[in-house]
Amino acid sequence: MHRVLCARRLSRLLALLVASVTVTGALGQHVVVSSEGPLHSIGAAIRQAQPGDSILVLKGVYNEPTILVDKAVTIIGKDFPVLDGKGENQIMTVVADSVTIQGLEFRNVGVTFVEDRAALKIDGAAFCRVEDNRIIDAYFGIYLARTSFCRLSGNTIQGSGLTETRSGNGIHLWYSKEIEIVSNEIRGHRDGIYFEFVEDSAVIDNISESNLRYGLHFMFSDRCTYHSNVFRANDAGVAVMYSENVEMVGNRFEHNWGSAVFGLLLKDITDSIIDDNVFVKNTIGIYAEGANRNVFEHNDFIENGWAVKIMANAQDNWFTHNNFIDNTFDVATNSRHHSSRFSKNHWDAYQGYDLDRDGYGDIPFHPVRLFSLIVERTETSILLLRSLFIQVLDAVEHTLPSLTPDTLADEMPVMVRL
Amino acid sequence: MNLRAVAKVIKYEWRDIFRSRWTLLYALFFLVTTEALFRFTGSGAKALLGLSSIVLVIIPLVSIVFGTIYLYNARPFTELLLAQPVNRAILFYGLFAGLTLPLSGSFLIGAGIPIVLRGGLVDTHMTAALLMTGSGVLLTFIFVALAFFIALRFEDRLRGLSVSVLLWIFFSVVYDGLVLVIVSVFANYPLEKPMLALMILNPIDLARVLLLLNLEASALMGYTGAVFEQFFGSLGGVITAIAGLVVWVTVPLIASVWKFKRKDF
Repeated sequence: MHRVLCARRLSRLLALLVASVTVTGALGQHVVVSSEGPLHSIGAAIRQAQPGDSILVLKGVYNEPTILVDKAVTIIGKDFPVLDGKGENQIMTVVADSVTIQGLEFRNVGVTFVEDRAALKIDGAAFCRVEDNRIIDAYFGIYLARTSFCRLSGNTIQGSGLTETRSGNGIHLWYSKEIEIVSNEIRGHRDGIYFEFVEDSAVIDNISESNLRYGLHFMFSDRCTYHSNVFRANDAGVAVMYSENVEMVGNRFEHNWGSAVFGLLLKDITDSIIDDNVFVKNTIGIYAEGANRNVFEHNDFIENGWAVKIMANAQDNWFTHNNFIDNTFDVATNSRHHSSRFSKNHWDAYQGYDLDRDGYGDIPFHPVRLFSLIVERTETSILLLRSLFIQVLDAVEHTLPSLTPDTLADEMPVMVRL
Repeated sequence: MNLRAVAKVIKYEWRDIFRSRWTLLYALFFLVTTEALFRFTGSGAKALLGLSSIVLVIIPLVSIVFGTIYLYNARPFTELLLAQPVNRAILFYGLFAGLTLPLSGSFLIGAGIPIVLRGGLVDTHMTAALLMTGSGVLLTFIFVALAFFIALRFEDRLRGLSVSVLLWIFFSVVYDGLVLVIVSVFANYPLEKPMLALMILNPIDLARVLLLLNLEASALMGYTGAVFEQFFGSLGGVITAIAGLVVWVTVPLIASVWKFKRKDF
């Protein structure tokens, strides 16, 4: 409940902010920049502008040294004017509060290992809006450092997708708070969305796919929410670490396949909610390590190799009202001892019965197969999957559990899909 | 080789086989199970996965047991023909084709009709469906060849039949148990390549892995799976696996022909 209030407060604040920006914008002057006109440099336009002015950039190609935005101006591109970094410099640096950047196309930011060079860097500013821009072949896309109360929305960020080390992040946030990231599309970068030391921010309705490492990657970022995003076919899936009070709702994690690839890796995530997400065709749907007191509910796990891998050091997690369908392994763990609870989930592998017709199976379901323990110990034995021998072994263990954790059971398996 | 003579032997064998109606039953079995799997699982991939489990157990079992019985039963007929001026190799291939063709044909018709009707040959599961039927046919050939060798090696019917059943148990259960023991003993070593070799040495495992990588890749691609995926997922790997199965047909077949030619009936 607290989280929802937070988000509401944030959006109200932003609405107020927008109103104030548009009002001042209306009061300020309009400056037109065009490649043929008298004013043909955005940098020069900003230098002669006053805070509150609007700068309209007409269609064309602008090759300029890094543009420093040090006044509260609104920069709007008409028909996507191209700001070309020529494979070298950073294109735009924003250091002033209340800056709006809209409708521009940033191109060709060169790779460097000396600095975090970005198409658009916002450093130490607040109340910025970055809307409906295109960013193509940039090292870093949008980079926010020490920034607060900003909104990034509707941007399309397409990286060149070279190698993991020669590529930066699509949207990179460092030491920021109260940021909204809405309806952006990010492809071909190292991490699609990257958070480090970010607080009270929201990531909503974005698509992050085909990135070279993680679709979403955050660390030390407490109280952030992730709603209705799609994380698809990223080379290493999604990894989230060392954070508290995270809320992940209504996201899709799809087609993250390969060695050490996770739909969602939770490492040291505590007191968080993972609700109403869909995990389809991942090698591992959720991998939880050192993750404590989290609630996983209303999620669909479909056609994953492992739906949930929960290590013994992940304690007191609570799985309820999830659907487990067509997974090779529903739940895997590395120990007989664990403290996570499963209750009222639907398991398509459940073979029990419901004689009293209350909708719940009368005998508990043990989702951990002996074979998953064997595979956990010796990975190559995965090649024996679906072998008759393994089926016999699983059946024996199922009747007389001696190696699989007998306490890891769903006491009330739901008979029909939720 | 005189193909007309082979055809003649096949013709008489077929007349005998179709009279006993078991081919019809065999086809019906696959028809009913495949249809049921498609009906109850709802998804093509899952039905094929279920069917492949059945194929990997039933086809080797039926082929090896039936093959052994068949050759013992064909003994009087064989002896009669051998009294005629007939090449022994021709007679052998006639007997072999006389069993393998109806067996694999029944399987193809039984499993094939539901698959074709459900669009299994046009949608995304085409490769998997083709690989499944293909390996089903190859497994039939392999286990009939093994059965013939056993039936020629042992005069005593009962011993021959027990050896057949034991061989089936070995390939489908015991072998994988041994593999598991090997894998756990040498757990600290990189076992990907030896594991591939071990899979190739057992025709059932070979067919199983080939099918799984095309049907249930998400689990197999995890961790060390990348190595297997690289091997079996590539065209070269699929060809190697199929070639492995073909070798598994030819070796026991050649051994049986050799034995058949020298056997004192």
